[in-house]
Amino acid sequence: MTWFESPAETEKRLAEAGYLADTATATTTYLAAALGKPLLVEGPAGVGKTELAKAVSRATGAELVRLQCYEGLDEARALYEWNYKKQLLRIQASQGQAWDETHDQIFTEEFLLTRPLLTAIRNEHPTVLLVDEVDKTDVEVEGLLLEVLSDFQVSIPELGTVGAVRRPLVVLTSNATRELSEALKRRCLFLHVDHPDKERERAIVVSQVPEVEEALAGQVVDAVAALRQLELRKSPSIAETVDWARTLVALQVGTLDDDVVARTLGVVLKHASDHDRALAALAGERRRR
Amino acid sequence: MTLLDRHTDFLHALRAAGIPVSLAEGLDAVRAVDALGLGERETLRAAYAATLLKRQAHRPGFDQVFDLYWPALVGDGVGDGVGDGVGDATDPEEAVGPSDGPAELADLRERVEQALAADGAADGADAGDLTALAREAVARFGRIRGRGPGEQRWSAYNTLNRVAADDLGGRAAVRRFEELVETEVRRRAAEVRGPDHVARHAVRTAVDQLDFSRASRAELDRMRHEIQPLARRLASRLHREQRDRRRGPLDFRRTVRASMSSGGVPLTTHHRPRRPGRPDLVVLCDVSGSVAGFAGFTLMLVFALREQFDRVRAFTFVDDVHEVTDDFTRGADPADALARLSASAAHASRFGRTQYGRAFTRFAEQHRDALTPRTHLLVLGDARSNYGDLALPVVADLVHAARRSWWLNPEHPRHWGTGDSEAPEYAALLPMVECRNLTQLGEFVHDLA
Repeated sequence: MTWFESPAETEKRLAEAGYLADTATATTTYLAAALGKPLLVEGPAGVGKTELAKAVSRATGAELVRLQCYEGLDEARALYEWNYKKQLLRIQASQGQAWDETHDQIFTEEFLLTRPLLTAIRNEHPTVLLVDEVDKTDVEVEGLLLEVLSDFQVSIPELGTVGAVRRPLVVLTSNATRELSEALKRRCLFLHVDHPDKERERAIVVSQVPEVEEALAGQVVDAVAALRQLELRKSPSIAETVDWARTLVALQVGTLDDDVVARTLGVVLKHASDHDRALAALAGERRRR
Repeated sequence: MTLLDRHTDFLHALRAAGIPVSLAEGLDAVRAVDALGLGERETLRAAYAATLLKRQAHRPGFDQVFDLYWPALVGDGVGDGVGDGVGDATDPEEAVGPSDGPAELADLRERVEQALAADGAADGADAGDLTALAREAVARFGRIRGRGPGEQRWSAYNTLNRVAADDLGGRAAVRRFEELVETEVRRRAAEVRGPDHVARHAVRTAVDQLDFSRASRAELDRMRHEIQPLARRLASRLHREQRDRRRGPLDFRRTVRASMSSGGVPLTTHHRPRRPGRPDLVVLCDVSGSVAGFAGFTLMLVFALREQFDRVRAFTFVDDVHEVTDDFTRGADPADALARLSASAAHASRFGRTQYGRAFTRFAEQHRDALTPRTHLLVLGDARSNYGDLALPVVADLVHAARRSWWLNPEHPRHWGTGDSEAPEYAALLPMVECRNLTQLGEFVHDLA
């Protein structure tokens, strides 16, 4: 199956799935599908890295298999595990049987618990495999991923090598809290997603919060853009812009004036020092006017 | 020149600009270009970026090299009314170039102002207009006079000087225009002299390889944004390594309890966590003019890392010592802190000339109690002491009092000991480490833990 026809078509279908991608994102997504290479998406929190994978699965009607990474993730939870409780039951139930027979029986598909990576590989239907926040894992898990990502196969000692029935489209996301190994990066296409320009961001706000008025959406996007110009500990992301628009709709506010900004700033800025700085900048702006 | 030659030259130029591109990545790039075709320039850029880049810090350098090897247009472009800069040399009008009188200047300034205003209102919508204006500005006002045909040079400095765009719009917008002009000048130069020549001389280094002392103001800003993720990255790495080593004595109770589920056989052993010993850190920082930029960055990183240390105390000195710990309260604004830090230089100097010996002596007199057997001592400075007294015994005593000590020097080791540099004398007492860019700083902090 071909995933997408061309970059332009990718952009269109992602937009239909509710994800407004820019040229670079659409082109790279298309390339990842066309070349059959994993796509490593990097960028600040809340710019829609995970959402990209979800949108691809929605746009192509593929199944989404998600592996959420965290510190201490291991093979048993990423790849596969033997269901040893069921195996014990099997052994107890087969009292009197010869050992060889039992042995052959307990290491079969029936007793295999597949975890996300193996599930994605064995799936007969088109699959999008999302490996989320890959930078949170330990270095050993990266080694595990290498075999899966480059050859799309998994070696299980008792069963042999399980190859992919159909190549999944792999999307890895990372917040860059640590450098990923060169070996992993080399196997991936790299895409850096950043805060979008105003035009696109306004479109995103309007599509995510349909109740919001055009003018208010414009004001919110302008205000967020101004906030990003300030030197903040955490710049507001798209997710926060959307939250802000939602808040204003819920409060039934028609225009974004200074008072409203001061009252609802907590939705966009999550650090006390950022808050103070933004208000100071706002006051300075007013004095100049 | 075939397309393949262009491709390999491009890869070579990227490598020369400090962006590691492997053979396999080059092959991937060819496959990607093959899958996409050459129809669209931005698509080509995206294809190369996706396959060759592995780190966002390399992006500015990549874009510059890309613009050189895959230019948007040749000469002055077609049909935009201004003459062809490289082409027909016999035509006298062409050799003189498009007119650049005061009338054209006023007209262009007005249009740039409008474009910048429109650019501010609807971000990205008028980028094409602005690019065209930058092109025209360079064609009209950037030409260096007195060169023969085929020898033309263009200068971003001349262009920006004549156009004087500073008062035409907001700072960010003007900066964008300046960047466009610089890109255009590089493109023009690449056409005349070949892209490899320009790539070698004009492409800027990635921000994590950049010297603290040589960075321009825009690059300093970018570095400051880079330092927070760097600290986070280092902190998480340090944390991970600490955790790995944290296997303490056997926890008998937990091991026995866990063995219940496996019929009394202790399959996994449990251990008591080892108590993490977190050291104190004392930073002594030279804030005289010559190393100010370097010191600011290092201090920012040290304070970003303060979760790793129990207590951090910082002192600045020129020829006297001043404590600045309170300027870095938790969650304080980094920009304010940096401003206060440079203001503190006034408190740290008596006569205004760096004197390491004096500063160390004053520190030993006033803040000797800051150093304990749990303290790490960090000295930041270029060890240029204006031929003053070095107070080596005092320094030896300080080093002895601290648990470990280091000296970070922003100068290249080959300059140590030249002129009034006293680096070798101090290096004999405590390990001196070269630290000129973010990469070296990151490596040092990693070794610190």
